[in-house]
Amino acid sequence: MHHSGMCNTEDEKMKIKKLYLYPLWLRIWHHVNAVLMILLIATGLSMQYSDPAYPLIRFDIAVKIHNIAGISLTASYFVFLAGVLFSSIGRYYVVRTEGFLTAFINHLRYYLFGIFRGEKSPFKVSEENKFNPVQLITYNVIMHAIAPVSFLTGWALIFPETIVLNVFGYSGIMLTSLVHSIAGFFISIFLLIHLYVFTIGGNPTSNFKSIVTGYHEDHS
Amino acid sequence: MLKQRLGKRMRLWVKWVILIAPVFAGCLISNATENIDPQLDVSHHECLRCHGSNRYNFVDPTSGESVSLKMYEELRIDPMQYSKATHGHFGCTDCHSLDYEIHPHPISVKFEPTYLCMDCHGNDERFVSFNFETIENEFNASIHAEHLIERFSCWSCHNPHTYKSIARKAENISGTVAYDNSMCLGCHGDISHYAVLVDRQPTNMLSKHDWLPNQSLHFRKVRCIDCHAQTNDELLVAHHVLPASKAVRKCVECHSTNSILMASLYKHLSVERRNEYGFFNAAVTNEAYIIGANRNYYFNLISVILFVLVLTAISIHASLRYVQYRRRKNEN
Repeated sequence: MHHSGMCNTEDEKMKIKKLYLYPLWLRIWHHVNAVLMILLIATGLSMQYSDPAYPLIRFDIAVKIHNIAGISLTASYFVFLAGVLFSSIGRYYVVRTEGFLTAFINHLRYYLFGIFRGEKSPFKVSEENKFNPVQLITYNVIMHAIAPVSFLTGWALIFPETIVLNVFGYSGIMLTSLVHSIAGFFISIFLLIHLYVFTIGGNPTSNFKSIVTGYHEDHS
Repeated sequence: MLKQRLGKRMRLWVKWVILIAPVFAGCLISNATENIDPQLDVSHHECLRCHGSNRYNFVDPTSGESVSLKMYEELRIDPMQYSKATHGHFGCTDCHSLDYEIHPHPISVKFEPTYLCMDCHGNDERFVSFNFETIENEFNASIHAEHLIERFSCWSCHNPHTYKSIARKAENISGTVAYDNSMCLGCHGDISHYAVLVDRQPTNMLSKHDWLPNQSLHFRKVRCIDCHAQTNDELLVAHHVLPASKAVRKCVECHSTNSILMASLYKHLSVERRNEYGFFNAAVTNEAYIIGANRNYYFNLISVILFVLVLTAISIHASLRYVQYRRRKNEN
């Protein structure tokens, strides 16, 4: 995801260096998280747009799957949080303020323009820095803001008696559901972009290979 | 000296007791009549002196002795509730026999015929808007009328002394739900009342509804009849109570923009299907939120637009990357 894309030549294959960046526990967590997220998005959409004439997933089944997946995702989130707080992966999520804005703009410019001109990525993956500035901000916002909002509101909806009944004349449950749906929507959009950006690597599948094998391929 | 002082204090106590005792006694004696709402017609006071209390006193005509007896729950009327009830402005003998004015009441009054809704409201133009004729037809088709025949009447659910037509004007839906459900649970949740009508154990309402997600929330926010009665466009409140096997069980019948709750519980509020803020079935959103039924039109629109924009941007980005890749490949 750090190079201009679709280079498949034999010469470039020769230059590939491998970095072990994704330990096994992290990969398992990532895949469990991905499956749960997909289940939550599918069942969430099915409930939100439920229609007797066009049932995507039967409502009561969708509710059950959504609740089980949501509860599991919360557990999975705390595994991730423990990893960030107590293992070496935590350093990847720290945003260093010095020169960060310039680096962020540079990388955004690369994604939007430079990549089409065949420029090299302005960011080099290393054992110290796994995420480029755009990834760093996106992952932090998703994992430390939107995901917690989504599962906290989700838990509140599983136990609706914990929700304030009335907020300025509106149902507390309605407002909680609204925040939950909006958080879910942003996670869905993130998933789409995340999957696409993952095709920006040494070749379109190299990043997918990395998250399976644990090795990042350096094509420089 | 001490004796004098004690004597003085004792006399003071006696004086106080003599002064206060009649006030206390007056309060105790008049307790039954104090309960009676002053707004009630004076003609009620005589009846509610006994029927508004837990005990009543009368003079036994045979022995001439004063007797105090328990007033049974079925014969007790809460004066406050009666004064606020839809029929609270009626005098007791407007509906009951004049023989009730005799104390103790003669045995013949036990067999007085009871008025039903249609005796007063049937075929009367003043009550056209209530559709009593349709209510009667719906009730006659109901499981209650079919199985319990003579034992079940309007009064089995609508206590004539406390009934209020709450669904017509209620803004507080939770209150309506609690009031309406208490009618059903009066029998279905109380074995002593249920046994009067049916010769079998009542079903356990909680285990029977185990399948319902968020059971307590559904019980607080939805009436029994919203799932257990067939709606009728002419009626504000459905009276065609169905057998349990025909009750609504498909979640989407409520959890969709065509929610059946808008034809039942929220019917009196659902003038519009979507309010100015874009919520479908907006009448619900002041007190509840029904997944699937309370989508917001504008949020839907914005989310679809954003989704399409993201997909378009990805497609353009991918196409341009491919063009650049082909160009580089050709150069090499």
